[in-house]
Amino acid sequence: MQRLKYVLSEVLVGLWRNVTMTVAMIITLAVSLAMLGASGLMYLQVNSMKDFYYDQIEVAIFLNNDVTDQQRSDLDNALKSDPLVAEVIYESKEQAHEKFKTMYADAPDLVNAVKPGQLPESFRVRLKNPEQFQQINDKYKNNEGVETIVDQQRLLDKIFNILGSVQNMALLAASIMAIAALLLVGNTIQVAAYSKRREVAVMKLVGASNWFIQAPFVLEAVVAGLIGSIIAFVGLFLGKLFLLDGSLRDLTELLTPLSWADVLLMFPLMAGVGALVSAVTAWVTLRFYLRV
Amino acid sequence: MIQLEHVTKTYPKASRPSLDEVSVGIEKGEFVFFIGPSGSGKSTIIKLLLHEVTPNQGRVVVNGRDVTSMRSWKIPNFRRSIGCVFQDFRLLPNRTAYENVAFALEVIGKTKAVARRVVPEVLELVGLGGKEHRYPHELSGGEQQRVAVARAFVNRPLILLADEPTGNLDPDTSIEIMRLLDRINRTGTTVVMVTHDSNIVNQMRRRVVEIESGRIVRDQARGVYG
Ligand SMILES: Nc1ncnc2c1ncn2[C@@H]1O[C@H](COP(=O)(O)OP(=O)(O)OP(=O)(O)O)[C@@H](O)[C@H]1O
Ligand SMILES: [Mg+2]
Repeated sequence: MQRLKYVLSEVLVGLWRNVTMTVAMIITLAVSLAMLGASGLMYLQVNSMKDFYYDQIEVAIFLNNDVTDQQRSDLDNALKSDPLVAEVIYESKEQAHEKFKTMYADAPDLVNAVKPGQLPESFRVRLKNPEQFQQINDKYKNNEGVETIVDQQRLLDKIFNILGSVQNMALLAASIMAIAALLLVGNTIQVAAYSKRREVAVMKLVGASNWFIQAPFVLEAVVAGLIGSIIAFVGLFLGKLFLLDGSLRDLTELLTPLSWADVLLMFPLMAGVGALVSAVTAWVTLRFYLRV
Repeated sequence: MIQLEHVTKTYPKASRPSLDEVSVGIEKGEFVFFIGPSGSGKSTIIKLLLHEVTPNQGRVVVNGRDVTSMRSWKIPNFRRSIGCVFQDFRLLPNRTAYENVAFALEVIGKTKAVARRVVPEVLELVGLGGKEHRYPHELSGGEQQRVAVARAFVNRPLILLADEPTGNLDPDTSIEIMRLLDRINRTGTTVVMVTHDSNIVNQMRRRVVEIESGRIVRDQARGVYG
């Protein structure tokens, strides 16, 4: 109890003694943690989008213009009994035209240019496992009456690849900021240790345990890490409130919505990483600097 | 109590050893002066006993424990059985005499209540009764060294190491500090004192170990400086 009180008061005095450095350290910690949190959210988001879209994914098997009824019903039967297939829906030329009209309702010229019957009929196939497109393609592409087979997953994959690289960029930026933050933590701890060098020398001389000598400095770094993660969390919170739910609303409606629960989930992640990484940095710095 | 066995210490980058095959034994309760010219290796012996430096060869045994092979996490506890006084006092300038001594107790886990009981006692013992609440800059050099002795002794160590404790003091004050160390020795504490002060050595007539360029050249039971 006695020791705890001593250590805590040392921590507060230590952070205050060197305010400008402490502020710089906390800001860089906050920015890098916010970036970490943002890429964490992006990761969750991409996953939920994948679940959502891959669930609706279809393979479209377009039929020749001159397909016979026999060929069509053979293909229908083959698809319906195929173990890879979850669901088969037939789309006639008329239905295709209707869909096209609604899809491009705001481009009447385009709609008028395409006459009913010009668009091919197709089977819309939902696979049990969307990854198995290649097998479906190999199996049916040479069937009589089949024109082409199109996999919508290709398209989605491209989109997710872009999202993935954005996420990697955010992580990269977070790590670069993290290096800056760690250097600042190390430096702050060095300055703190220097300003208390007399106390540290006496403590070593009279046999204070290593953890007792180091604890105030390490805790100083941990407190800074926690404050940084709180600021980062507030940043994410405001980002969702004013950007995603505010000015960028139209864009975000295209995507699956980002839940508050996910944002909340980032707090323990950021606090944990912030506190742990600062503590380890401080500890390593002290090992070199104090040689305790 | 203290045993150096063929100890050789060469600092990194140094061309010749600071201590060369030194062997010396000190019994419990003894009072020993280490004398010798500057740079002969006296402070190095103190540092070896504190495990501030480790020998290149040989063994250092203190309180029956082999310091040479001691694991680093055991060193703090080991140091609690040794008190230390230096030429430059090493007091904390922003703490009073009382707080300087209490600090040494608190950082090894003693409660404030224990400090309140033993600190005034030991300050009285070193002759600083009534000056507990002075800061170091409000004390004379001799008084500051008394605070340092009180801090070294408050934990009742088995061994007291003093590296030129009178180096910064005038002759009269030096004699007073010397008397203090003598009194501490009479309580059963082993005292090892490094000094240049011939006056003190000649007055005390205790064991004298003389070192020159890292070798022991004289070890005399009731020696003089000479
Ligand atoms: N950290 C060090 N690195 C390199 N050489 C050192 C170091 N400390 C001491 N020495 C060398 O070791 C030798 C002995 O030093 P030591 O401090 O033991 O001498 P001393 O007898 O205490 O001298 P003085 O009476 O001046 O205090 C000296 O030659 C010194 O230069
Ligand atoms: Mg010396």
